[in-house]
Amino acid sequence: MKIGVVVSAGPYTHESSDTAYNFVKAAIAAGHEVPRVFFYHDGVNVGTRLSVPPQDDRNIQVNWSALAKEHGTDLVICIAAAQRRGLLDENEAQRQGKDADNIAEGFRISGLGQLIEMGIQTDRLVTFGE
Amino acid sequence: MSETVKKFFYVNRKAPYGTIFAQEALEVVLIGAAFDQDVSLGFLDDGVYQLVKGQDTKDLGVKNFSPTFRALGDYDVTKLFVEKESLDERGLSADDLDEIMYEDEDDDWAEKPSIRIVSRAEMADIMADQDVVLSF
Amino acid sequence: MSTLHTVNKSPFSTQSLLSCLNHAKDGDTILMIEDGVYGAAKGTGLGDALAARGGAVSLCVLASDMEARGLEASRLIDGVTPVDYAGFVEMVVNNDRTQSWL
Repeated sequence: MKIGVVVSAGPYTHESSDTAYNFVKAAIAAGHEVPRVFFYHDGVNVGTRLSVPPQDDRNIQVNWSALAKEHGTDLVICIAAAQRRGLLDENEAQRQGKDADNIAEGFRISGLGQLIEMGIQTDRLVTFGE
Repeated sequence: MSETVKKFFYVNRKAPYGTIFAQEALEVVLIGAAFDQDVSLGFLDDGVYQLVKGQDTKDLGVKNFSPTFRALGDYDVTKLFVEKESLDERGLSADDLDEIMYEDEDDDWAEKPSIRIVSRAEMADIMADQDVVLSF
Repeated sequence: MSTLHTVNKSPFSTQSLLSCLNHAKDGDTILMIEDGVYGAAKGTGLGDALAARGGAVSLCVLASDMEARGLEASRLIDGVTPVDYAGFVEMVVNNDRTQSWL
């Protein structure tokens, strides 16, 4: 079965991105497909490569990036939510005249249409949020 | 845009301004309208506060997005279900809500209200009839 | 046709669990996750509200969130079942839709 996932709460402050990660791993292990995870609200902050959690803690971004690499899961960060919160890829940074970008490997920034499309194309949709 | 038409239900349970959820939920509704799906919005719990009339954010200095609800009809989003019990619990009635109308193209463009007050049991039935539930 | 409801807040800080119980239909499943697991503990003021829907609605709790919070299975309200993430996935698959009471 195809399962779409929404992460809508910020990492570390809220457990949602951890719960979502554990859920996606379990879904894939059970033979289901998670074609896309959509990050919205403060959930977009999962996708910054500049976070440096303590070494004895999990690294939420690194875990997601590894999952995307291993399973081809499309990690989409909502552009409108990302721009508000300072999440930029190279193109956006250039377009907005900013001096840096911060998006992590395996993530991409795109529009809310990707969320609706996920709802249309998957069999189930689960939201993890605050 | 798509051959599949699914029933999309947006669950609004948060008050406006204190958090961004109501505003960003509305942004999804607006984008989602372009996909020609069967869209309904549910307002329950604190979500009913989103539709209260007379919102004025000038002194707060943030965007007042409540007028956007009145534009939803132009996007063919015409089913705004508001839970009566949630209104009652908050000392509100239908009269406290913004008037949100749409023009019914199947009825000679007659103006009709988009807001439909439903009971809690009806809200549960509506939720149970959806393909995709987006929770805010 | 059934719905999986997830609740991730303590019932002592928000009305999410109560609202969920008020909207869940017979045959639905309620899964308490994250801080929502506190709602599954017996001896609280909310036990009756849950027990009233138990049976008609199946009540579950995410085991890893229980364990993290020191909530032992022996302290759960009768009829609440702990599940692991594989069980969570099965619930999502076996119900027609998921509503998250955020």
